[in-house]
Amino acid sequence: MSLTLADVHRIAHLARIEITDDQARATADQLNDIFAMIERIGKVDTTGIAPMSHPLDGVQRLREDAVEPQPDREALMRNAPEQDQGLFLVPKVIE
Amino acid sequence: MSGAADLAHQSLAALSRLLEAGQVSAVELARLYLARIERHRSLNAFLDVRPELTLAQAADADARRARGERGVLLGMPIAHKDIFVTRGWASTAGSRMLAGYMSPFDAAVVERLAQRGMVHLGKLNCDEFAMGSSNENSAYGNVLNPWDHGAVPGGSSGGSAAAVAARLAPVATATDTGGSIREPAAFSGITGVKPTYGRPSRWGMIAFASSLDTAGLLTGSAEDCALVFNAMLGFDARDSTSVQRPDEDYTRDLNIDLKGLRVGVPAEFFGQGLQPDVEAAVRAALDQYRRLGAQLVDVSLPNAALGIPVYYVLAPAEASSNLSRFDGVRYGHRAEHYDDLVDMIKKSRAEGFGPEPKRRILVGTYVLSHGYYDAYFLKASRVRRLIAQDFQEAFKQCDVIAGPVTSSVAFGFGEKAADPVSMYLADLFTVPASLAGVPALSMPCGFGAKGRPVGLQLMANHFDEARLLGVAHRYQQATDWHTKVPAGY
Repeated sequence: MSLTLADVHRIAHLARIEITDDQARATADQLNDIFAMIERIGKVDTTGIAPMSHPLDGVQRLREDAVEPQPDREALMRNAPEQDQGLFLVPKVIE
Repeated sequence: MSGAADLAHQSLAALSRLLEAGQVSAVELARLYLARIERHRSLNAFLDVRPELTLAQAADADARRARGERGVLLGMPIAHKDIFVTRGWASTAGSRMLAGYMSPFDAAVVERLAQRGMVHLGKLNCDEFAMGSSNENSAYGNVLNPWDHGAVPGGSSGGSAAAVAARLAPVATATDTGGSIREPAAFSGITGVKPTYGRPSRWGMIAFASSLDTAGLLTGSAEDCALVFNAMLGFDARDSTSVQRPDEDYTRDLNIDLKGLRVGVPAEFFGQGLQPDVEAAVRAALDQYRRLGAQLVDVSLPNAALGIPVYYVLAPAEASSNLSRFDGVRYGHRAEHYDDLVDMIKKSRAEGFGPEPKRRILVGTYVLSHGYYDAYFLKASRVRRLIAQDFQEAFKQCDVIAGPVTSSVAFGFGEKAADPVSMYLADLFTVPASLAGVPALSMPCGFGAKGRPVGLQLMANHFDEARLLGVAHRYQQATDWHTKVPAGY
């Protein structure tokens, strides 16, 4: 399995990271090296073995659906690149 | 009273006794370490130092002591890896993406240690988003290994390791996802401990791989680590993966009797690839354990070699999800010029992330994508269970497992940076314990090529940290590798 330039552009789009053709070419080579290293797991016999998503097979803890004290909105928005009246500003989405 | 350098060479336990006896104040200790940090700026271990904040914390600790409060950690200096968010000091995760980010809250680990009166010296350099094995992936420059300025200190907790090795702090927090505490501990000649997954809270720890990330410590000895673990580890309701277990005293087994202790030696960790100088120091340490009464037992971790490919599927996959929050909308870097929202997000991420996070996000996105999820992500999660089961099998025949941490001593700058896969192989002996979530540590056991330190790895079963630390402490009582300080520090 070898990644093409088109594959890299497609994945970069999924990941929402801009990438030039030159960067995509260099990245394709590195990614192909990484995937060559990863391929080995395909040959392992995992019949009857359940996937492990948590090292202690932990289960999501639930809590009461109760309102908790509101965090300090002003403090939370202090790092906002652009804001107005308590809202984060982004380029217009809906025409 | 001891001279300044003498004080900095004391263990945390010894400093604690001096603070308790009133022979040194928290302010004096803070001043001493701040001066050392300034003198050794060239190491580039620290990213954000704010003396006035540190001294205010120190004065507060002294005031608490004057009011009658006592505690092993009251007034004790500490530095935090820049992966933990802190109020007052910037939190960057070693990335341009979070340049200048001021967190509105403290990480749980930071909060717990501050409550006990620890005094924060400053934020420590690390590989970007904890991704790396040499600290060469920091957006804020390399960190030098105090033992040899031409060598890397290890990563991703390179700043933490260099700071402790150079005695710029008696203890530093760090994180270990695939080896990022143990490997820098080995390369920098200090003790580094990764607890059981879920034992320390991940609240406020900038996420890389959620099923692997574990907070831990780099410090001078197992005893020093135990003293801080008592405050640091414990259930936190804000972390949904935090384990609900009662608090423990991690010093309780420090004087464990090693007679009859079964030390498992996995054949798979002593194959080709392990450099002879590292092997010699590790085997000498095993002999030391035998002389102390332990019994060496051959064990097997048959799937250990699959750890690297499994890790480099699962960790990037989880990272691709965790790092999707960095989009320039609510915080972090936002590009200056863009056409529309999607373009803004793409450019912000392209500019904010360095090459290694980008690589891992792309790998992770691919293995989670339609058509590849089963063959890669799901497959790797099944192999993960095989690796975890290997540990359970091995622990039926031994109490702790011992082996190397790395296949070589610290490498030079640039030696592996050009080839990502060769850098990934540095994690060969550390990822299995990460995937299984078992506690593991590295402690110094000698020196190898070019006079660079060698680390011995010890691993125990889940929640067996107290015994693990005891087994390490007994070695440190019988040897003095952990007391060595690099020349000039």
